[in-house]
Amino acid sequence: MLLIPCPWCGPRPENEFRHGGEAHVIRPADPGSVTDTEWADFLYHRTNPKGVHAERWRHSHGCGRFFNCVRDTVTDRIVSTYKPGESRPE
Amino acid sequence: MAGSTQFSAWSLLRRAFGGSWPEQWRSPEPRDAYDVVIVGAGGHGLATAYYLASEHGIRDIAVLDKGWLGGGNTGRNTTIIRSNYLWDESAAIYEHALKLWEGLSQALNYNVMYSPRGVMMLAHNHHDVQVFRRHVHANRLQGIDNEWLTPEQAKAFCPPLDIGGTVRYPVLGAALQRRGGVARHDAVAWGYARAASALGVDIIQNCAVTGIDRGADGAVTGVATTRGSIRTRKIGVVAAGHTSVLMAMAGVRMPLESFPLQALVSEPVKPVMPCVVMSNTIHAYISQSDKGELVIGAGTDVYTSYSQAGGPHIASHTLEAICELFPTFPRLRMLRNWGGIVDCTPDRSPIIGLTPVAGLFVNCGWGTGGFKATPGSGHVFAATIARGEPHKIAAPFSLDRFRTGRLIDEAAAAAVSH
Repeated sequence: MLLIPCPWCGPRPENEFRHGGEAHVIRPADPGSVTDTEWADFLYHRTNPKGVHAERWRHSHGCGRFFNCVRDTVTDRIVSTYKPGESRPE
Repeated sequence: MAGSTQFSAWSLLRRAFGGSWPEQWRSPEPRDAYDVVIVGAGGHGLATAYYLASEHGIRDIAVLDKGWLGGGNTGRNTTIIRSNYLWDESAAIYEHALKLWEGLSQALNYNVMYSPRGVMMLAHNHHDVQVFRRHVHANRLQGIDNEWLTPEQAKAFCPPLDIGGTVRYPVLGAALQRRGGVARHDAVAWGYARAASALGVDIIQNCAVTGIDRGADGAVTGVATTRGSIRTRKIGVVAAGHTSVLMAMAGVRMPLESFPLQALVSEPVKPVMPCVVMSNTIHAYISQSDKGELVIGAGTDVYTSYSQAGGPHIASHTLEAICELFPTFPRLRMLRNWGGIVDCTPDRSPIIGLTPVAGLFVNCGWGTGGFKATPGSGHVFAATIARGEPHKIAAPFSLDRFRTGRLIDEAAAAAVSH
């Protein structure tokens, strides 16, 4: 079980959280002008990297808030977490 | 069969009295070029190579694997076979596979120990009952066996099951596919490897693909590997959890996410489980191997990972459910547990077919339930690679469906949560 540092509540066990999928997937600003290919990319295509990955979590059994997390998908080690709206740390 | 023994009762008996067993497949050095390169020597990849060689006359094939053949999800799954899916497209491919399972040991001259002992899916609440009965009706229209059992009939079919009124997860009924069952996962990989090798297919183990080469027209021209470059005009990626990584080498983004999926086995005991029991709602599945171990499948972790491990709380959750359903099992000790990395699509149906890159084919997205499809998957993927267009059973499972919106939504419809 991961120990996930919520940016608001501090380190909490994984089962207090819901996984929210890949982070920084941005909905098209003008949906009417978007092609089917671009919609597919937004809706379905994911980076799914082997290595460092930015993902969203929601502290659903805590503060209830979403945040972002950089984690290595090979070791499952969490590099950092950060609040929504902040850019991904280097 | 060139280079390997033709197995029969006599040949096995003769070996029992002495002599060593020859290697069942060749381990050649990779050549400079092949007509087709299959990436991934699991069951699906080896089956693809076998059917390319046996049914399409393409024998100049290399099957590459970064590790040992059958060392990924083929050797890690809980070996359940069934075809009672909801949608016609899914039922077609899984039933195609089930029909091949029925004659596979004879076709390969290798005992894959396919055992149609019945797969029983438990309904624990009103919703389960409605969903499973809908499956039974849909399967009847598809010509696929699936029948509804009362709790008493379920208990009669699987005596260790507790259907008592005080159980935490009441059994309200079950759907049973009698032709469903299990097979020996390693034997499936070994059987296909042996038969493919005998037809001239080069199986190259411990050879990781590090790049996909493309020409000026964008079509594939070869692969870069840890054992040198190999030229080819056709590449079939059959790499399960690592598909996204490989496809990224050709610049193709995939609708896939990779999750750890765990399984575990108990100490071996005398026969206690006559069938496979699956429970979707409380997420547990269990059968007994011929060695006597109870083989138990858990759910996926919630986060993407390539760690082949998974959290202990996921397995604990499954064991708690097993102990409730089977009150005679709690004192069994667990011998081993492990994880595999499964590639899940948004609609929980596989992707089989062409890609935006000419000469690059992909067979992936089998998620948590790919073992059962192994022969059918290899069979239709081989036809797709050989002809350069989708086999009719594979056609609905195109990568393009995520653009057109023609999803095959087994995420909601599947009898198990994938």
